[in-house]
Amino acid sequence: MSDLATQREIDRTKMQVSDEIAIEIVNMNKWYGTFHVLRDINLTVNRGERIVIAGPSGSGKSTLIRCINRLEEHQQGKIVVDGTELTSDLKNIDKIRSEVGMCFQHFNLFPHLTILENCTLAPIWVRKTPKKEAVETAMHFLEKVKIPDQANKYPGQLSGGQQQRVAIARSLCMKPRIMLFDEPTSALDPEMIKEVLDTMIELAEEGMTMLCVTHEMGFARQVANRVIFMDQGQIVEQNEPEEFFNNPQSERTKLFLSQILGH
Amino acid sequence: MSNTHADTVLFVRDTMLPQKNPPSTSVGAVGWARENLFAGWGNTILTLLAFAVVYYLLAGILPWLISPTFGAESLTECREILAAKGVGSHGGACWGVISERWKQLLFGFYPAEAYWRPILTFVLLFVAISPVLFADYVTPKLLWFTALFPFLAVWLLWGGSLWTPVTVLAGFVVGAVFLSMGSKIGGAIVGVIAAILGAVLWWAVAAAPLASGLSSVVEIGLLPVESRDFGGFLLAITLGVTAIFGSLPLGIILALGRRSDLLLVKSLCVGFIEFIRGVPLITLLFVASTLLNIFLPPGTNFDIILRVMIMMTLFAAAYMAEVIRGGLAALPTGQYEAADALGLDYWKAQRLIIMPQALKISIPGIVSTFIGVFKDTTLVSIISLFDPLGLANAIRADGAWTGIYWELFIFIGVVFFIFCFSMSRYSMYLERKLQTGHH
Repeated sequence: MSDLATQREIDRTKMQVSDEIAIEIVNMNKWYGTFHVLRDINLTVNRGERIVIAGPSGSGKSTLIRCINRLEEHQQGKIVVDGTELTSDLKNIDKIRSEVGMCFQHFNLFPHLTILENCTLAPIWVRKTPKKEAVETAMHFLEKVKIPDQANKYPGQLSGGQQQRVAIARSLCMKPRIMLFDEPTSALDPEMIKEVLDTMIELAEEGMTMLCVTHEMGFARQVANRVIFMDQGQIVEQNEPEEFFNNPQSERTKLFLSQILGH
Repeated sequence: MSNTHADTVLFVRDTMLPQKNPPSTSVGAVGWARENLFAGWGNTILTLLAFAVVYYLLAGILPWLISPTFGAESLTECREILAAKGVGSHGGACWGVISERWKQLLFGFYPAEAYWRPILTFVLLFVAISPVLFADYVTPKLLWFTALFPFLAVWLLWGGSLWTPVTVLAGFVVGAVFLSMGSKIGGAIVGVIAAILGAVLWWAVAAAPLASGLSSVVEIGLLPVESRDFGGFLLAITLGVTAIFGSLPLGIILALGRRSDLLLVKSLCVGFIEFIRGVPLITLLFVASTLLNIFLPPGTNFDIILRVMIMMTLFAAAYMAEVIRGGLAALPTGQYEAADALGLDYWKAQRLIIMPQALKISIPGIVSTFIGVFKDTTLVSIISLFDPLGLANAIRADGAWTGIYWELFIFIGVVFFIFCFSMSRYSMYLERKLQTGHH
């Protein structure tokens, strides 16, 4: 694991956690068939928080963040995002989805559309933004992730790292208030991980509320204000990064950290 | 191998090697021939053997095909011409039958003075489909003509008063008005129901009297042509084009329905697809030609070609649905999730993300189904409609041409081949155009 994502100092002036609640999850349970994947999850995320969720594979961390924009449906408990509760009401779901951006492990860009079209599609069709304005916004965010010159190419012509940065730009074009990252660097070559992490750090510096499922512990140390460790569908431990890494409390956390940091 | 390497394990390259040209025997025409025709002794022998077989076949067939019998007016006359040429009375083709009967093979019993109408319709067909087929080169404004074309085509082909297609078209306008009014009052579902009711009511009650009223005021019309007079390639193309363009949207809806979470929608679609696929087309055509009349109220005269069109469209749609379902299943779930995560609703996600990709994956299957449907139009000869093959039999029943086989079937085969091959080439063009991977 790359221990330090970047060498530069992180600008923490805007990285403030407010009292306003962005996401509230109360006693949430989820089953796949009879398998109990998420057990009694309680989690409150304030606006401006940067949370890293870690844990072994199959621990339910991806499922947890996928519940927040209802790519997965929870069966018990309550999830409130930005003051709107997630129920089976399709209008609420679409509203929350347009406020919450998401990046996937495999980028999931639309291969039949150019980079620019990928970025303008949702603003035009969901937000009803005029095309000209949508293109301007898209170019702005593509410049931010440092690939404006690729705007007219297709995703298949870009490297993995570039594709993931486009995916981040595509989410940002919807001007989301919360960003979810589902293992954004796991499918990337080591050389490309850094460029994606840099983009995510810049996003954090601007005060975005972020939930990241990742194995990049360097990123967690530098950027997160809280690390959550999950195992067997439960939150086992959560703490500030310094404490979490230097002084883990539960045996399971100690084992996990020794395995991923030990080499 | 570098010399440095022999001395020590440490190796540092100080100059990068420039790119060199490949050897001349591996590129260009010479390279191609070496690789594909003369790669080794066995390969060379097979190549020469293949050339010999091709030569032998052509030497046998070409003299038969190139036969100076275009002027002959009967099979006997053909044989006399050939005998005079000294190639034996069976040594050449008898093209007289084609030069005498080609119009009949193309138009069936359509009145000769009105041949311009199917020809015009055929030309306009290409104008109508051009904005769909070649969206890069043709202005999308032409889509208006595409929408109007079915009405225009029906009027041109069957003739009669212009007001009939116009009043039918007006039914859609009525539907649209009801849709916008209904959705304002009671939401989308009320709008759709109002639109359907309004349009059906219009067609059932208002359309016919209005059409006859209008034609008594201003008489604009063409000589009516009976469906029974349609034949040959005119019939095949009319049926084929309708079934092809009807089955694609219907197939998409069925494929989506089959993947739906709504139990009722899903069961209806599965039931329909499995029933239609489980029954031979000929059975369905028999149902169309005979049984359907039993179920309809007595006195209804439901046009035979329309009945066959509906059956062929339904038949093709069932196959189309399965082809498209294959394309849908081939899409990674990540595409659905990305569309969902961006807040696109079901229909927008289908239209903008899922269908463009699923249809692209399914192009080879879709075009195969199209070609199959087009060739299946020849089955209507079973219910005594005169498709090209039915006409060929009718022509052979004529005393002058009794005993002629090959020439008619070759002609029909060539015309079918031109259509099917064009479709196949177009699909390859489309696949190349939509290729965005560049891996």
